[in-house]
Amino acid sequence: MMNFGFKIAPSATINLDNVDMEKFTLLHEMEPDVYKCMACGSCSATCPAGRFTGMSVRKVILDLQRGREKEAVRMLKGCMLCGKCSMVCPRGINTRHLILSVCRIYNEDKQ
Amino acid sequence: MIGMIFILTWCTVGMIRIIANLPKDDRKRFFLSLVNPKIMLKNIRDIFCDCLFHVKLWKRNRLLGYMHSSIAFGWFMLIVIGHIEVFFYAPHRAKLLYFPIFFRYFMAEDDSTMGGAFFFFLMDFFLLVVLSGIALAIVKRVHSRFFGMRRTTNPSFMDLVGLYSLWSIFPLRLFAEGFTADISGGSFLTESLNHVFHAFLGNHMNMLPTWWAYSLALGIFFCALPFTRYMHIPTEILLIPLRNAGVRIRHPRKGYAEAEVYACPSCGVCIDACPMGVMKTHIKDTTVYLNRQLRRHNETRIEEISDKCLLCGKCTAVCPVGVEGDRLRIAQRSARKYNISPDYSCIDTDILKKEASFRAPASGKVLYFAGCMTALTPQIRKSVESVLTRCGTDYEFMDRDGGICCGRPMLMAGRFDAAEEMIAKNTDIILGSGADTLLLSCPICYRIFRENYNLGKMRIVHHTEYFAELIGSGTIGMLHGSDRYVFHDPCELGRGCGIYDEPRAVLSAAGELVEAEKHHRESICCGGSLGSLTLGFGKRQAMTENALHNLTAASPDSIVTACPLCLSTFHRYADRPVMDIAEVVDRNMIPADSNDIDD
Ligand code: SF4
Ligand code: SF4
Ligand code: SF4
Ligand code: SF4
Repeated sequence: MMNFGFKIAPSATINLDNVDMEKFTLLHEMEPDVYKCMACGSCSATCPAGRFTGMSVRKVILDLQRGREKEAVRMLKGCMLCGKCSMVCPRGINTRHLILSVCRIYNEDKQ
Repeated sequence: MIGMIFILTWCTVGMIRIIANLPKDDRKRFFLSLVNPKIMLKNIRDIFCDCLFHVKLWKRNRLLGYMHSSIAFGWFMLIVIGHIEVFFYAPHRAKLLYFPIFFRYFMAEDDSTMGGAFFFFLMDFFLLVVLSGIALAIVKRVHSRFFGMRRTTNPSFMDLVGLYSLWSIFPLRLFAEGFTADISGGSFLTESLNHVFHAFLGNHMNMLPTWWAYSLALGIFFCALPFTRYMHIPTEILLIPLRNAGVRIRHPRKGYAEAEVYACPSCGVCIDACPMGVMKTHIKDTTVYLNRQLRRHNETRIEEISDKCLLCGKCTAVCPVGVEGDRLRIAQRSARKYNISPDYSCIDTDILKKEASFRAPASGKVLYFAGCMTALTPQIRKSVESVLTRCGTDYEFMDRDGGICCGRPMLMAGRFDAAEEMIAKNTDIILGSGADTLLLSCPICYRIFRENYNLGKMRIVHHTEYFAELIGSGTIGMLHGSDRYVFHDPCELGRGCGIYDEPRAVLSAAGELVEAEKHHRESICCGGSLGSLTLGFGKRQAMTENALHNLTAASPDSIVTACPLCLSTFHRYADRPVMDIAEVVDRNMIPADSNDIDD
């Protein structure tokens, strides 16, 4: 094989049929606003933790919806709960409560 | 009698339990304080002022104060004088606890001696005082507005049992003593009642049932007491020495927290105080109901109530017994289990340290930490920087490109370990910079820096204090304009850190200062607080509007605050300009050394 110094990106396909949405439903019960997110990214732009740990509420919501719990949890561990994201969210989502709810429902060990 | 024994054992067991549940060092502190004469004196004074005279309630509303103190002090005096009486007339029985209460039943005395008449008069007088208090209490149930309270507590079933038995004790006592007044002596009240009774009830057969009814009411009251709000009477006596000993809430349910919960008499002062109260749906989430649910161990409601609160601290500020509604809630939150816990080990403090480091000697210099919230209100940051540059202060910006959060929002959510981690990282950066002064713009940061950080000799100031000093020392002069300003005391700066005078001094230098309807310790939270975990944006609007309404009572030209969060919250709904105090200073300042001005 030739070494080009780069590789083709691995497939990013997600088979939603294999994703267990039970926890997300629970999350939706605790914080119904999670469906309001329009992925505008305002929260990520303002997040002070994003600079250090790549935290982004937008990505967390998307990842959880797509069953990519591991990535979401990795990001969440960097959140400082400062509340900037909830101040800027144009949809008025209580992101801090969302984050705390995720921290209660999802697990970090069983990945 | 049964009631008496029951309540005494209950109180002793309860007291031992609370003291046993205190952490070791707190317990030691408590016992040491009991032998310290200075604290002991303070204990006695506080017990008298708070439990008997209800001084704090007097300050709030005279009628309310009179109602509470007449019942408490009147009853206390009845007991004391009753004992003295017994001591005089039947010293051999003075040890029996129940004897003074039923003294008039057992004894047949007359007021032939001067002393006798005097005691009888006192007894009747205080009985009248108590009765007037109870009459007021009945009026208050129906018309709480007379007492300066818009709302009063909704009593639970057991509270009602206690309430009615308490209400009936004293009228029954009056009747009972009235019946026996000609046998055992009485004074203006009981004697005259006795004559009335004699007018249509000739004999003494009626005296037995009334004495029975009296003792029954007393017995019911004491038996029901542990399950009602009246448990506050014995608990408050324990709470005061504990507080004076410096004991604080360490555990959500045990020890000091338990003492606070049981010391709450459900007076309901905190209901009107709470900013959430503007919406009817939140009235049951005020501190008095938190205490009730904690007594009932209703976990679902406890969680709901604790999470909704804005942690503005107003209930704590107004509470006459010193229940700390905000700390109590943080403690409840801290008991929660999370499956994902934060981990900030990947945050590289070296970059931040480099950003915060000074050129050449750092001593005497100012490190400015704007904080997360200030990043969303750049006008504050710009004004502070402009003032600092124009008066030639050598400063460095600690979080120009965003830094680590101070940790207070995390602490408010009850996640202490994560907050500690942030505190450690920030401490490292700040101490590494070598500056002497840490300047802050956000009261939320300011509070945690004062309470939870250990920065050695470094001075921690909020920009209001810093500017007040600059103006006071003449480093900067202020152009006195004709604008009317009202100052909004941010919760964390005012009630949290006790800074009230500095911002007012600054504003008086810049223009005319007017006060809001409720100010200083009673200022109303803007509604934007990070303390609430569950309140969404939609539910906060009514609170913000209410706070604005309060601020504009004296129709000021502009509203001035000193907190970035208040600023952006008020901006949303205000009908007139809202500014930070730094903007006012920046706009009106005249540097003493005018060479420094570049425009
Ligand atoms: S700011 Fe609000 S709407 Fe936008 S991505 Fe973040 S959570 Fe979603
Ligand atoms: S609360 Fe968390 S996610 Fe939101 S801005 Fe702050 S650090 Fe970022
Ligand atoms: S918490 Fe304080 S103010 Fe509220 S009802 Fe209890 S004693 Fe009264
Ligand atoms: S801290 Fe403020 S919001 Fe919370 S219960 Fe007390 S008064 Fe209400």
